[in-house]
Amino acid sequence: MSKLIKPRYGAVLLVVGAVLAAGCSSSKKTSTTGTTTAPTSVKIGFIGALTGPDAQLGINEHEGEKLAIAQHNAKSGSTQVQLLDYDTTGSGTVSPQLAQKAITDKVVAVVGPAFSGESKTADPIFEQAGIVNITASATNPKLADNGWKYWHRAVGNDNAQGPAAANYILKKLNAKNIAVIDDNEEYSLGIADIVRSTITAAGAKVAVTDHIDKNAQDYSATVNKVKSANPDAIFYGGYYSEGGRFLKQIRDAGITVKFVSDDGAEDPKIIDSAGAAAAEGALLTCPCGDITKSTNSNAPSFVSAYTASAKAAPGTYSAEAYDATNVILQAIDAGKTSSKDINDFLSTVSYVGLTKTLKFDSKGEVASPTVYMWEVKGGKVVFDGAVDQLIGG
Amino acid sequence: MSPLAKLRGAMARARRAMPDIVGPVGRRWERLSQWQRRPFYVLALAIAVLAPANSVGRIMAPASDWKTILFNPIGVYILLALGLNVVVGLAGLLDLGYVAFFAVGAYTMATLATHRHWSFWLVLPIGIILAAFAGVILGAPTLRLRGDYLAIVTLGFGEIVRRIAINTNSLGGPRGISGIPHPPSIGHVKALTYGVLDPKPYYYLLLAMIVLVIFVGRRLERSRVGRSWQAVREDEDVAELMGVPSFKFKLWAFAIGASIGGMCGVIFASKQIAITPDNFPFLLSVLILAAVVLGGSGNIPGVILGAFLVAWLPEYLRDASFGKFVVRQVHHVLPRAGSFSDLRVLIFGGALVVMMIFRPEGLLPSRKRRAELAEGQGGMGSLGGTVVVPPPEESK
Amino acid sequence: MHNLIREFWPSTVDGLTLGSIYALIALGYTLVYGVLRLINFAHSEVFMVGTLGSLFMLHAIGVNSPQTGFALVGVLLLMLLAAMAVSGITAVLLERIAYRPLRRRGAGRLAALISAIGASFFLQEVVALRYGRDLIAFPRVMKKVTLFKIGAGDVRNDKLIVFVAAIVLMFVLERFVNGTRLGRGIRATAQDAETAVLMGVNIDRVVVATFVLGGLMAGVAAMLYGLRFENTQYIAGFVPGIKAFTAAVLGGIGNLRGALLGGLLLGLVESYGASFFGSQWLDVVAFAVLVIVLMFRPTGLLGEALSRARA
Repeated sequence: MSKLIKPRYGAVLLVVGAVLAAGCSSSKKTSTTGTTTAPTSVKIGFIGALTGPDAQLGINEHEGEKLAIAQHNAKSGSTQVQLLDYDTTGSGTVSPQLAQKAITDKVVAVVGPAFSGESKTADPIFEQAGIVNITASATNPKLADNGWKYWHRAVGNDNAQGPAAANYILKKLNAKNIAVIDDNEEYSLGIADIVRSTITAAGAKVAVTDHIDKNAQDYSATVNKVKSANPDAIFYGGYYSEGGRFLKQIRDAGITVKFVSDDGAEDPKIIDSAGAAAAEGALLTCPCGDITKSTNSNAPSFVSAYTASAKAAPGTYSAEAYDATNVILQAIDAGKTSSKDINDFLSTVSYVGLTKTLKFDSKGEVASPTVYMWEVKGGKVVFDGAVDQLIGG
Repeated sequence: MSPLAKLRGAMARARRAMPDIVGPVGRRWERLSQWQRRPFYVLALAIAVLAPANSVGRIMAPASDWKTILFNPIGVYILLALGLNVVVGLAGLLDLGYVAFFAVGAYTMATLATHRHWSFWLVLPIGIILAAFAGVILGAPTLRLRGDYLAIVTLGFGEIVRRIAINTNSLGGPRGISGIPHPPSIGHVKALTYGVLDPKPYYYLLLAMIVLVIFVGRRLERSRVGRSWQAVREDEDVAELMGVPSFKFKLWAFAIGASIGGMCGVIFASKQIAITPDNFPFLLSVLILAAVVLGGSGNIPGVILGAFLVAWLPEYLRDASFGKFVVRQVHHVLPRAGSFSDLRVLIFGGALVVMMIFRPEGLLPSRKRRAELAEGQGGMGSLGGTVVVPPPEESK
Repeated sequence: MHNLIREFWPSTVDGLTLGSIYALIALGYTLVYGVLRLINFAHSEVFMVGTLGSLFMLHAIGVNSPQTGFALVGVLLLMLLAAMAVSGITAVLLERIAYRPLRRRGAGRLAALISAIGASFFLQEVVALRYGRDLIAFPRVMKKVTLFKIGAGDVRNDKLIVFVAAIVLMFVLERFVNGTRLGRGIRATAQDAETAVLMGVNIDRVVVATFVLGGLMAGVAAMLYGLRFENTQYIAGFVPGIKAFTAAVLGGIGNLRGALLGGLLLGLVESYGASFFGSQWLDVVAFAVLVIVLMFRPTGLLGEALSRARA
């Protein structure tokens, strides 16, 4: 029993040997976009999920960042920028090691992490190392309360989205009795709780509070609760997969009231999971506008350039990531190539991007974010406009 | 000769050939006495101490940060696997919810350190005791159940712990707990200064705990407790008849295994800064169990090797360039595999099956476990052990 | 308490529906366990590929709108056949590749469990990497209508089909195990494998038969699941699989009637529990009931005995 090496460990050597042999041919580099590594080159990173079940958001952002850098590098005389990818698969346990890797790689700034969970474990490392990080989609409000100096958010947080959704339900849908359901995930519960408190503060009633189990497929218990409470409207905090599935079961049970959800559900795939008939009329809030409907004069050229390079239309947060990258690139153009200089630059910048004017407050939040409403119409997720205007008009 | 028979013949030959490659080395090792082996242990420790070097990292983890990986997942998996090994390998109890104890430790650290501002060094023993207590709570009503019933109950326990963490506001709910402080540094030694940027001190802390667990584990193994575990593992009824209070010893195994999981959790939480219930999925229990069995259940070097491989291979294979070749090859069957990273779980699953076919006893099995297997008992009863059909004759 | 009273009948209807699906999957666990004393962890994936089988049948015959009358019956039968075929074949392949070689070597059950877990990962990932990780939607083939009400509970046609199909199949299976030669072989092996071999039972055939039967039942469950929830996913087998295994243990693993009882009971417990405590406590309630039952009846409600599965 007390042997360190056993007679039959040939297999071990074989396995390890084979793996090492295979690995010798493995690349040392993560994928790069920059053309050369001229001495004047600067490295910036993307951190977020590029593979795995939750990768779509990350891929959208990555393509946006890639495009911004490619356009920047194509301009003559500009400092060449190299993009390094850090694929977290969306996990908060993987993100620290990649943040650490970014330090070793001497990255000066990153776009990401894409999700709030992975931000919480990776951002302290960026902060300590003094690496500028701008997230284009981690919308948890609490991220701003850590006193991080290098952290920025190029999008409105849930504190803006929650009240907007609640006000829309109260004022536009005139609902008095509202079922607020969520999937008990960090992001979803955050929004749903804000919706609940806004509703209560306005004197309306939260008719049902329930938290579905994300992994289960049968949401009958929640559906039954909603049905017996007979609300005027339903708010669901969560993502498109379960949201769609829940919506289908709601409609099958004969509940026809308006269904409102958040930017996690703002994805055409909600129509797949709910079925076109059930999804019809679902209202989805998002701090993201429709870049193809944008009045910004640069938007059409972005859409065509993005479609050409990503071989897909811009997705959720593609344009936000593009903006976030461009504000970093502007700093680099201004000759700021160290993290510290870029960070100082960001504290004073007022950059007119595609989605909004990026002007960061002392916490790193973008000033006065707008929340937009999207709606499922005729089997498509279409853009309704800014929530404030919809309520007002 | 049909192609299938040919393949079968080749597989049988490969199976026989494998052990012989280094057999003589192993036998020589077995002849060494305890003190003759000491230098090798020292060597192994030296390698572990020098492991975080950058030059090693360039080879071992070209696409990630080696020092961070050494802490988590490698170190964490090794410590967890050593703890689970006490339960599964030594006492022969199937635990599918081991991650629960890891979670108990991590949440103990997170709660006491953020709410009460207790120091890491004070929380560490508390976390260990609480986890052991959780082990007893789980074990006391369930350890009288037979192996397979225990499996589902432990699985359920793992889920219950995670669910409670999600549903309890004072534990942060799904948001978890952030702002967990680092251990206070000891003196001004760099290796004992715990901060955000340098993962090395954490690795050394974990390494120290691993060495401690190995030391205690080997002592236990050779003590009365260890012999009782072996008896219970091989035949509980007989052991009971011979006067071994099997319930008591099984409970001990649970408590000890759990306390190691808890210890690992405390360290993990203080390094991680923020924890959420998502850090403790059922999958982690499965991975650790796979590590134990893959390496050689019951044998400490085997378990360490298994955990190392399970933790390190997926990180190593991240973005390996030969991966692009593989992705191209499988593209028409698996069109959604965009990069080699996407294939990691698939390959891991396949590898588990292949490993169990060729080496069901694990990569470095313990001698006792091999003997049990040879008797067709497998320690935990065998799969149709009584209905073993001899392999078909190799066709000529 | 108020919630539970108000939602009692709807909860009962939904609990029985879900429980029926659990019960059908649980049969696969129970059969294999009865014969091999092995937790077939990959059984959840046998179920999952079955859902894909019935979906692809719909694609193949080009049905994407609600049907009525004989057309509906035909479509449902084709879905059922496809799901049973795919699940059955997968179960056999699983036995051939992941279990039989281990059995031949006399490997431990722990090794078999790991092999099963490996096979489970493998199958999930094949589906994920081939069809994506998002939900895959089923077209609606049957208009969902409420047939009648029990209290406040709507008994809908799809829910009723699920429940009735599960009960009928349960009895068909029991007749098969009790009444046929192969069924006798299965029971004999479950009771005493060694003696069964001596008496001339072909173990390999019995084992394959057990996997096939389990696979077919998972296929039925898969088709019903597709009908009821109208979507699937690479991970769709995970939760039903774990719950079905829990149900099998609850009823007494190795016991066919135990699987049915355990499945229905677990479905109801989850449904009432979610109504009373809130849906977020559903898993906790389910597992807590399991632990409590096992504390008082260590081999499940009906005890374990495939060999004594007769009335």
